[in-house]
Amino acid sequence: MRSSVIIFPGSNCDRDMDVALKKFGFKNQMVWHNDKSIPKSDLIVLPGGFSYGDYLRCGSIASKSKIIKSVIDFANSGGLVLGICNGFQILTETGLLKGILQQNKFLNFICSNVFVKVKDKQNKYFKDLKKDVLELHIAHNEGNYFCSDDELKSLEDNNQIAVTYCGEDGAENETTNPNGAIKNIAGIFNKNKNVLGMMPHPERMIDKYLSGEDGSLFFKNILDNFK
Amino acid sequence: MKIKVIVTLKNGVLDPQGKAIQQTLNGMNFGNVEDVRQGKYFEIEVKEKDEKKAKSLVDDMCKKLLANLVIEDYKIV
Repeated sequence: MRSSVIIFPGSNCDRDMDVALKKFGFKNQMVWHNDKSIPKSDLIVLPGGFSYGDYLRCGSIASKSKIIKSVIDFANSGGLVLGICNGFQILTETGLLKGILQQNKFLNFICSNVFVKVKDKQNKYFKDLKKDVLELHIAHNEGNYFCSDDELKSLEDNNQIAVTYCGEDGAENETTNPNGAIKNIAGIFNKNKNVLGMMPHPERMIDKYLSGEDGSLFFKNILDNFK
Repeated sequence: MKIKVIVTLKNGVLDPQGKAIQQTLNGMNFGNVEDVRQGKYFEIEVKEKDEKKAKSLVDDMCKKLLANLVIEDYKIV
């Protein structure tokens, strides 16, 4: 499976993502934001970081960068596009995903392990995933997902909510919500479920000695579903 | 021609920074501050002499980049 990771000025999880993808057998290439086209890919990843210094709004400048038109065309033609953290913020600013990531409710930068519940498995990312609750890592200042009531209803009606913050036992409530996101939302899909944006970093959970391996499950699952 | 734009959060959208500023002002003995909403202010120099045209250009910029209409409103002043 061929993948491309887009590097924006200020991206800082691009190398981690490259390491993770290659570890599980993706043929990965790095693509600079000023390039016009993307090499033939089965998956495009927008990595975490602080693209363009988070100027104006997180992800807003990146969403107008030169490479983005190719990403949008790829997504609209059904290609898999994964946005992690700042990548999620970029995807909402392009309009590929609904809503926006606002500043965390308690104004703090959060850097910790969290549990997320997989809410939908009828898609190429989570289909046949053996676990329902994953332990992943978050590190963000703007992860407080917000959208209008109408948009929330349509996300729920179409099963577009991908993952939600929860406890180790899967309980979703205010105490297991780190940043104030509505409905504990940690990640969502577009309507066709080929575009996934989420705040947690699976690429930081790929080593059983350093972190945990729930991120490994995620990447292996994408590969398994592609075969 | 210089066009000025103010972008603010929509009513009903949580503004944690505004809230923190309000609480700080209250703590500084500005007890009568009941609410603070924080926004952004832009001065845009447009190469255009016709004010109507310049404002309509800036309006387009607001919709496409300066404001995110999911949570923000803008005002051209």
